[in-house]
Formats: sequence, structure tokens, C-alpha cells
Amino acid sequence: MRSLVLVAGNGAGSVLRLEDPLSFWGGVDPPTGRIIDRRHPNCGDSVSGRILVMPYGRGSSSSSSILLEGVRLGAAPAAIVLREVDGILALGAAVARELYEQSPPVVVLPPADWKAVPEGAEASVDVSGRLRIAG
Amino acid sequence: MAAATTPETVELTDHDRAMLAGDCGKAAAVAMRILITMAGVYGAERLLDIEGAHIDGCLYHGDSGVDFAELLVAGGARVNVPTTLNVGGLDLLHPEEFAGTAERRAKALRLMECYEEMGCRTIWTCAPYQTTPRPAFGQQVAWAESNAIVFANSVLGARTHRYGDFIDICAAITGRAPAVGLHLEENRRGQVVFDFRGLPRSLTSATWLLPAIGYLVGERCGSRVPVLLGLTDADEDGLKALGAAAASSGAVALFHAVGLTPEAPTLEAALGGGEAEEWIEVTVDDLRAGLDSLSTVAATQEGAGTECEADVRINVVALGSPHFSPREFAELLPLVERRPPASSVEFVVCTNRQALEWLEARGELEQLRGIGVRVVVDTCVVVAPILRTPAGGILMTNSGKFSHYAPGNVGFDVVFGSLSDCVDSAHAGRLRRDRELWP
Repeated sequence: MRSLVLVAGNGAGSVLRLEDPLSFWGGVDPPTGRIIDRRHPNCGDSVSGRILVMPYGRGSSSSSSILLEGVRLGAAPAAIVLREVDGILALGAAVARELYEQSPPVVVLPPADWKAVPEGAEASVDVSGRLRIAG
Repeated sequence: MAAATTPETVELTDHDRAMLAGDCGKAAAVAMRILITMAGVYGAERLLDIEGAHIDGCLYHGDSGVDFAELLVAGGARVNVPTTLNVGGLDLLHPEEFAGTAERRAKALRLMECYEEMGCRTIWTCAPYQTTPRPAFGQQVAWAESNAIVFANSVLGARTHRYGDFIDICAAITGRAPAVGLHLEENRRGQVVFDFRGLPRSLTSATWLLPAIGYLVGERCGSRVPVLLGLTDADEDGLKALGAAAASSGAVALFHAVGLTPEAPTLEAALGGGEAEEWIEVTVDDLRAGLDSLSTVAATQEGAGTECEADVRINVVALGSPHFSPREFAELLPLVERRPPASSVEFVVCTNRQALEWLEARGELEQLRGIGVRVVVDTCVVVAPILRTPAGGILMTNSGKFSHYAPGNVGFDVVFGSLSDCVDSAHAGRLRRDRELWP
């Protein structure tokens, strides 16, 4: 699948699908990557090392900090695959690249492709924005 | 949102290029690089001049924020437009209020100092729009902090896109922002109408319900621009509470309240002459659902008897998200005088220094403290370790934003209620509600 690249990078891992938007601030614990927003259906899951497929972020603009902190602590998602452009998450990744010279790729898939990414599948995103699903 | 352009296609002025090349210092070059990447993300074709900024990056979330600020300070960063600061990680006037480790305190403090060194105004508030000066109608600014963004756009009619940490200071240093989103007239028209006209006036004029209204609007409209039709009597504090809740449950950065906000003198004006994409008739059930989603404790819902409510023990009452205004203190004071908090309940109000000075000048700060009300400035209980009560208890609030973030950030269950319900419950140490008001 071909995506629109917001912040380029390479990442591989198993897919974690969030059908509901998630605010990283107040929603993700940076050292573990665990989802802590108790109102979120995926509360308790970890985003760390996953291909995080989510529609878009929501809520606080501090979410970029939480993503950056996740990169610093090695608990960020392996890649973030959005359905809609999300400036706040892309920013966290762009600053991570500036500061730590690494970041998860942040890409946007067209809605039909986004919907078709299967939960739990092994997948990878490359610098050109290509999403590959194993098997 | 528009498709992303690539950074290479963003049109730059000579001055932009000079900054990018490092002619204005290393920090300006870093700031310009990030701005151009983000202009690409947002699909902007160019950058535009801004006349002010509000910075959220001064709040400690971890060492990465300090690393970034130190990188800028070391690169000679100075802000180029009037710039204010959001809450920090501690109360500088009352450092004893901080309950975290010495290490965290030192880092939160260093982060705050870095932003001060860059020339920002140290107002340390999430309600910068309730201090002076505030942006004028139509003025281009770059604001961060979700509740401040929605207030600046909706209530002041200033123009900011939805910025976050880091890009805020990049815009302040360069005086530039991507020409995109809510900076541009064509993206400010309302898209979804929430019609409250079918509800009794006792509900549409109840200011304590505005967080619940904001919460349901945010949940239903995502990142689209909502138009609220049929709300009456909301003052600036009410619109602040509504906007903060809508920006917590959804990505709302601008709303139009017909007859109340400056770009919505009429429904037609709010829709910018176009048609609504969606029209939602709000019912009493919707309002109840909005209220329910503001509480994580189930015993308080419709159908539960008063005996049941009496069994809900309240450990903390937290007010002031966004920061309490003088008018809100004026409403609180007679209530807590009549019914002071029980000694078992921690009662905290978060505010800014300007409101604190106002209280002090009237002798009311001492009075509040004497009654057992803690007043915290510069920061907030859901972003810094301020609460003395161990996590795991029940926190009551009249704030939609506290209600949304307290469970995840500080580990409390929450109960939402009106200001007078909060005071009554703190007095009793148990949940108390005026059932007459409940829809």
C-alpha cells in the first residue's frame, strides 16, 4: 500500500489497530507505551514497537511531547499509520528526528487501505511510505 | 485536511531562506527546518507572519522537552513576537506545593527557565486570554494549548491553527507560521450544526452544563468546525469551559455559538454562506449522555437514589481547568464560606498570578486559605504532582477538562458536578447533588 509520508522513516512490527482516536497526552504512558486513557476501548494495550494504525489524534496539543518522550525512552510505536493528517503527532516525530536523529515514520493511508490493515499482522513501513503486510 | 505538500514546494521569502541558512543563528535554523517540515505536513504553500505566540512547551513531560529547549537556548534563541507561556510543571510562588521528587522538580524548573531565557512573558497560565493584552479580532497568532486555541479562535476571533509543543516556539522565534487551516478564512466556516433549540431554556441557559455540552460536541464532531445554535447566557467563563471540554473529547479548535461568538452573529454567518454538512438536534438524552461521560463513577447516574449517592466518598475537589478567573472566585467564595470543605477533603483551585493578586488585594486569599482551600498558581493538578491525596480515590470537579484527564494523568476516578455541588460535596465529604438541576 502507498501512503502519504508526513515524516519519513523505517519501522516494522505487529499491527495495533485503534478504531477510536487517541490523545497521547493523558492517553499513553511514555516509559511503557501503555494506553492509559480509561475511556479508550484499547486501554491497557501497548503502542511500543507496534505499527500503530489509528484514525487521528485528539485532544491536547501536548501529545507531540509524549511521542517524543516515547522515542527518547525507546517505547514509541515502530510506525504510525493514520487515516487523516495529524500535525501534532507528525510534529513529535519531526522534533525527534531533529533532536535524536531517529523517529517512527508517520504516514497517512487512504481510508479504504487504512481500513484493510489487519490487526495483529506483521507489517513494515519504509522511507518512501510503502506499507507491506507479511504473508 | 488538505494533502501534504513536500517541504521542497513550500514558498519561502528571502528572510525565511536566510534563517534556514543559519544567518540568524543556529536556533532560528532549527526552528525554520521544523516549520518547513510541518508546512509540508499541513499542505501549506507558504508561511505567514504572526503577531504573537502562546507556548505550551514549557510544561515538563520528560527530559526530551528539556533537551529541545536547551538545544534552542544553546543556539541563541530569542522570540521575535510577543510570546506568553502556558503552565509549567510547578508553582514558582509556592514551591512547597510540589509533591514530586527533587529531580523532577529541578528539571521542570530548568525547562521553565529556558523559555524565560528565550524572552517569553512568564504568565504561566492555560487561560492567557483572561490576562491582558489578548489578541485582537482577525489577528494572526500561533497558539498552543488546546483550550487556549479554541478560545482564541472562537471567542476572540483571532486566528491560530491547532499548534502544539515545539512548533509554538519555532513560530515565536521566526515570527512565521504555515499558512494553513484556521489561519485562512475559507477554513473557518461552520460544518456541523448542533441545534439546542428543542431543549428547555432551563438547560440551555445552565452554565454548569456547558462542559457537558462541550464534551458531547467534541465527541460528535471530531476535527470539524461545530456551530452551536440555541445556547443562551454563556459568558466568557462559560465559553471557556465549553471549549476546553470540546477540545478534550475531540480535536475542536474553533466553534461558533450563534449570537455569542464574534464570527457567528447569525447562523448564515457561522456557516459562511454555505450549507451544514450535518445537522444534529440535541436531545435531553444526549445531554445526559454528555454528563455521564464526564464521570467515571457509575453510582451517580439517572435512576440512582440519593441513598446511593450518599455512599460515594469524595477525596478531592479540584477546580480551575482552565485556570479560575476572578469572576469564578467571586462565585466560589460565598459558597465555601457558608459550607467550608471537610478536613478529610483536599480542596484545590488552580489559577494564574493575576487572579491571585486580585484575591490578595481584596484580602480573600487569606480567607480562602483559612477555610481550607488551596490556591495553586503557574501550574495545574493534572499536569504536575500537586495533590497530596494518594491516587485511587475520587476527585470531584466542575471542569470537563479535569474530568477527562484526571483518571489517566493522576489516577483518580472522577465525578462531575456544578460548582455548588462540588462545594456541598466537599463540605459533606460525600457526593451531594442538587437533583432539581439534573436534566
